[in-house]
Amino acid sequence: MDIKIIKISDYLYEIPKTDDMLVPGRIYADEETIAPLVKELDRKAGSFTPALLQVANVATLPGIQKASLAMADIHPGYGFAIGGVAAFDMDHGVISVAGVGFDINCGVRVLKTPLVKSEIEGKKEELANQLFRDVPSGVGSTGDLKLNEDEIDELLVKGSSFVVERGFGFPEDLMYTEENGVIKGADPDDVSRRAKERQRKQVGTLGSGNHYLEVQYVDEVFDGQAAQVYGIKKDQILIAIHCGSRALGHQIGTDYLKILEEASRHYGIPIRDRELVCAPIKSTEGRQYLSAVNCGMNAAFANRQMISHLARSSVASVFGINPAEIKLLYDVGHNTCKVETHEVDGVAKKLLVHRKGSTRAFGRGRPEVPEAYRSVGHPLLVGGTMGTASFILRGTELGMKECWGSTIHGAGRAMSRVQSKKQWQGGEIIKDLASKGIVIKSGSRSGVAEEAPGAYKDVFKIVDIMHEAGINRKVALLRPLACVKG
Amino acid sequence: MPYAYREHIADMGIEASAGTLAGAFEAGVEAMLNLMFDLSTIEESLSFPVAATGRDIELLFVEVLNETLSIQGLRGLALKRIKVDSIKTDDDRVALSGIVYGEKFDRQKHVVKTEVKGATYSGLFYNSGEGGTHVLRCVLDV
Repeated sequence: MDIKIIKISDYLYEIPKTDDMLVPGRIYADEETIAPLVKELDRKAGSFTPALLQVANVATLPGIQKASLAMADIHPGYGFAIGGVAAFDMDHGVISVAGVGFDINCGVRVLKTPLVKSEIEGKKEELANQLFRDVPSGVGSTGDLKLNEDEIDELLVKGSSFVVERGFGFPEDLMYTEENGVIKGADPDDVSRRAKERQRKQVGTLGSGNHYLEVQYVDEVFDGQAAQVYGIKKDQILIAIHCGSRALGHQIGTDYLKILEEASRHYGIPIRDRELVCAPIKSTEGRQYLSAVNCGMNAAFANRQMISHLARSSVASVFGINPAEIKLLYDVGHNTCKVETHEVDGVAKKLLVHRKGSTRAFGRGRPEVPEAYRSVGHPLLVGGTMGTASFILRGTELGMKECWGSTIHGAGRAMSRVQSKKQWQGGEIIKDLASKGIVIKSGSRSGVAEEAPGAYKDVFKIVDIMHEAGINRKVALLRPLACVKG
Repeated sequence: MPYAYREHIADMGIEASAGTLAGAFEAGVEAMLNLMFDLSTIEESLSFPVAATGRDIELLFVEVLNETLSIQGLRGLALKRIKVDSIKTDDDRVALSGIVYGEKFDRQKHVVKTEVKGATYSGLFYNSGEGGTHVLRCVLDV
């Protein structure tokens, strides 16, 4: 299928509405980052769908509003491109498994410590070892919190507060978690027994792949006012946690992929490709899937809350500080679909916003933003790579208007895992990063090779595209000191 | 086993081929498990039945892969392979039954690689081409 790309501005490209597309596609990119995406369209059909074609495919889904969007970290996913954002009319729109992904509410949480870089330099190795011991990670890892069936149901409804009530964290943490760490409309009956059973021992586990626990320092502050509001300053030590809903989310995705495949046929939804199976939001299947996603989101919040408790204990024991001194900056997901109110043609309208590898980015004034951050918008937590940098950004009014309050979630992969493993060896990467002062702890050398910093796009460029496009503003640049990977 | 990995920037494409459909399913499952573990570190001391159905062979492939992952996750196993006993077609469904082999997951013993979250409908493909070779493809979320 021919895809035409038009340059709208230096940082925005458009796929015009053609054929069965209901809206145009819009991609945040510059000349350098759009080029490989266009080139990808020339490849022979087969193992995967090019990202720009995925953007166009999403634009054909019923009820889509304004545009099928792709943030600057766009790369091919399944169904939706990673970095894909699409909002649907609640009455006529659809809900899609591919718009959320299997790792429901995968996201980033950042903790603020009272420590500064100079205080931890000599203890980096010790801290990394402690974190690696205390936070279960890797394939097949289990947590200390073992839940029975009733408790799992309670966790799916209560999210983070379920964990905090048991003493793992502080009530204040909830104020600084997206949606206060609990999504309403989560009915555990919409989640299979199998999904719950798989999660019973996985609360408080990091997982593997691109998930991580990272010790970072604030290398540069770009926006002093926002940094002050967020309570971060140069050289401060932060702890970043990147993970999601673990096996529960994976099983919900698996279960509903099958259910929505049947639903797509049953309701006669015109989809270009099976990877876009979906159901009308208002159908029984659609409502049940949304409820299951809400359960998955709550499980992810709870998971990151539990990991926060473990990480706090690790840092506190190594540095002899009180865990209560380690505050939560924010927790925000990037594999989600949520009912949100946005302005469409000047009218406030309820929409179902899918963000697949895209961080919610609400700017100033939105009621969803914690009161303490409302003057600037909530922090957007963007994870880079273990060898480069991560960023804290903030949302803008333009971002609210043009992107439903969404932004990038990371650098975005530039190279496949196969290529990455061919090019690098895990041991060499660990040695190389050690020479740059970055300690890596991982149970899987091949996992480290897959996540080689060189396998990702340049996070500085990706962040700059969104900044220059006016979709968000840079607040602070964070550099890694130690990274625990599954 | 006749399988290969196909380039996918974020996830992992697998392609299995064999002279029989059952063989292609067996190769496909092994391709997935080989992403997760060094299979040479896994013994076959335990076995569990697997049953899956799909509206067509492509959907059945996804079902079998996901069923294998579920069994592994539910029982805390490191699985090594699947032996397909039968693949039957009725009016509108294809059903597969087989047995997966492996053992209890042991962090000290098993060399782990990557976590596979699930099999997707992306890049999904089945063909029984010339010479009777059956080819199955799928993208796994890793």
